[in-house]
Amino acid sequence: MSTETTDVLIVGSGFGGAIAAYHLATGGAKVTVLERGPWLQAEDFDHDYLLGKSYTRAFDFVAGDGMSILSGNCVGGGSVVYFAALPRAPRFVFERQGSIGRRMWPAAIDRDTLDPWYDRVSSAIPVKQQTWDDISYAGGLWAAACDNAGRTANPVPVGIDNGKCTNCNWMMAGCKFDAKKSLLFNYLPGAVAAGAEIRPLHEVQRLERLDDGGYRVHYLHVDEEDYRITTGGGTIEAKIVILAAGAGATPVILQRSEAELGPMPHAVGRYFSGNGERLNTAIINEDRAREVLGLERGDGKAYEANQIGKGPVIASWDRLDGSLPEYRRYSLEQLYFPPGLGTILAQAPGADGPTWLGPAKKEMLRRWQSWLTIFQIVEDDNEGVFGPPPPTGNAYRISQQMLGRGPLSYDPTPNTLGAWAAADADVRDILERDGIATVLPWTNDLVGAYTVHPLSSCRIGDDPATSALDDRHELRGHPGIFVTDGSAVPAALTVNPALTISALAERAMPGIVAAAQARGIKVSYDGSLPDPATTKPLLRPGTVPLSA
Amino acid sequence: MHSGTSDEQVKTITLEAFADTIVPGEKRDPDDRAIAGVSTGGGAVQSGALEMLHHPATGITAGLESLVGMLNGHATAYAADKGITLDETVPPFVALEFDDRAALIKILTAPGHPEKSGWVLLALFCNMAFDSAAHISTHDAIAQGHPGLLTIGFELPQKDGLWRFKDYSYGRQFAKPHPDTTATGSPA
Repeated sequence: MSTETTDVLIVGSGFGGAIAAYHLATGGAKVTVLERGPWLQAEDFDHDYLLGKSYTRAFDFVAGDGMSILSGNCVGGGSVVYFAALPRAPRFVFERQGSIGRRMWPAAIDRDTLDPWYDRVSSAIPVKQQTWDDISYAGGLWAAACDNAGRTANPVPVGIDNGKCTNCNWMMAGCKFDAKKSLLFNYLPGAVAAGAEIRPLHEVQRLERLDDGGYRVHYLHVDEEDYRITTGGGTIEAKIVILAAGAGATPVILQRSEAELGPMPHAVGRYFSGNGERLNTAIINEDRAREVLGLERGDGKAYEANQIGKGPVIASWDRLDGSLPEYRRYSLEQLYFPPGLGTILAQAPGADGPTWLGPAKKEMLRRWQSWLTIFQIVEDDNEGVFGPPPPTGNAYRISQQMLGRGPLSYDPTPNTLGAWAAADADVRDILERDGIATVLPWTNDLVGAYTVHPLSSCRIGDDPATSALDDRHELRGHPGIFVTDGSAVPAALTVNPALTISALAERAMPGIVAAAQARGIKVSYDGSLPDPATTKPLLRPGTVPLSA
Repeated sequence: MHSGTSDEQVKTITLEAFADTIVPGEKRDPDDRAIAGVSTGGGAVQSGALEMLHHPATGITAGLESLVGMLNGHATAYAADKGITLDETVPPFVALEFDDRAALIKILTAPGHPEKSGWVLLALFCNMAFDSAAHISTHDAIAQGHPGLLTIGFELPQKDGLWRFKDYSYGRQFAKPHPDTTATGSPA
């Protein structure tokens, strides 16, 4: 039997994988991308909560001990299901020390050195600034409440074509209107046009080193409807492997490979950060919103618009102040969280304290259109640790799609708990002022803390004791294996991380191309970028555009 | 328990009582024992929690019988601990008053409980039946007047089944941006 080979094998097609695929394919390398999830596009993105629709097909929800992770599971990864908020990380983030007592980021990276790479990603996606006419009712409400409390509030830079956006708030199921500029519109079609091959429903399990210094990658085929079922598998040999399976999966693949690859750096599967994320749900007093904030929709309603919009559009950045001590710097971002994935965690004031169930919660649910969700992004302590890997994938799958139980444990330190408490108090101060709302955090009792932005489980750094990758994103002690996804980010960012993950991936590319050349791959780096004006959306092979 | 009660009846009424504790509704008839009747309108049971729990895509259907047995065992122990005398004509969990059902579920789902993950899953799917009707198509749910979607006031789609909101913005600047905002619109 012939052995299948490629130059570069990329695991995962989210930001880290897509950017690598683009540059290596346009540079001339043979690139194969293995993606665990299905290949979906506009006609597959459903406005439907039924199990088995895109709302569950495109997601992975892995419950751990103390932390649960929601992430993308389709071609395009998180970019297909995310809210497309794309701010840069503030300057102080790069100077963070966390709990290790010295700078966590590599000396070569700070905001100034990363800005050119931020610029590149921003032009390729592209990232746009919003006007106040783009801001949803929920964002307007949050801005008005911030102003009422003497705070500032910023429209968040986004990867959305607001001319196409219908404010349906279904973007977590994939954008049916092609308004969200996911990776299906830029890097991935550019990579495929240059010859990269994407194989959906291929879940990489482990790597094995070859005598020539390359790697054999072992994968299983995942059933397209029931992800609990695998139907055979195979191997591909590659000269270079780029892991971009996401911070909840990349370290698991490496841990499972340890028997054949040899010892992993200590930081593989350690220092996981949930990006310090936590959610609060406010119940708006509609009368006070009108009286205090002057809100009026024009149809007799002051707000009652939880369902309307496009995710987070307004953020409060007043606490992104480098002069404040670590763990007291955070952003507060208005957010939409749809039914099904988080409503159960919202807490109502009960007779015996906050409650997530029962009649008080039911009364809160009656007011669902008056909910305002506030997303806190604080500095956590990188306290997550992955236990032994499950037999396949990154979780013991429970449901047909989406839901599984994984090996991550996360026991928040007093630093993280203090940061959340400070942010909780700040949200209360803004929203309970003048009786605008009552607000409570989501419970951490049921599924632990909840992150949609897993980071740092295989991070870059200068210190081999606390980082798995060098500042070129190469896995220490395992030349030819690179990691370019969120797991490479050293620590929580205090803002949405997609642009930083992408900028780091862009920054890593010249070095990875040089490593590929050194391994005999005919490839060059010319610094080109996908042109959003001329790039046609990526289509699954055998399909034609809806407008054709 | 009444000797004429079948295992299937025990399973159904116990799971209904659990679902009704997560999102309570009103009794379907005066003799309804599963639903405690602490809320008006439909709750998780009327929203299809049992159909949801029996949907094969959830992955918990095969474990329901053991969960029911364990739940009734916990209810018996809880009642003994609290000095509560249970009505033996219904399963022990059903025999508990609403506040005791809720207290027991909070114990079972608290961090550190060895069976926590199973009870959280059960609660999660009961809640999903109410807030998103994930066991049926959202369009069918709306057409049928699904109690949960009606209760939360979920807006109707347009004629083609898709949601679009023509009016979505106050169209006003409500706050000053942070003074350190850069030209890219990001924090400095």
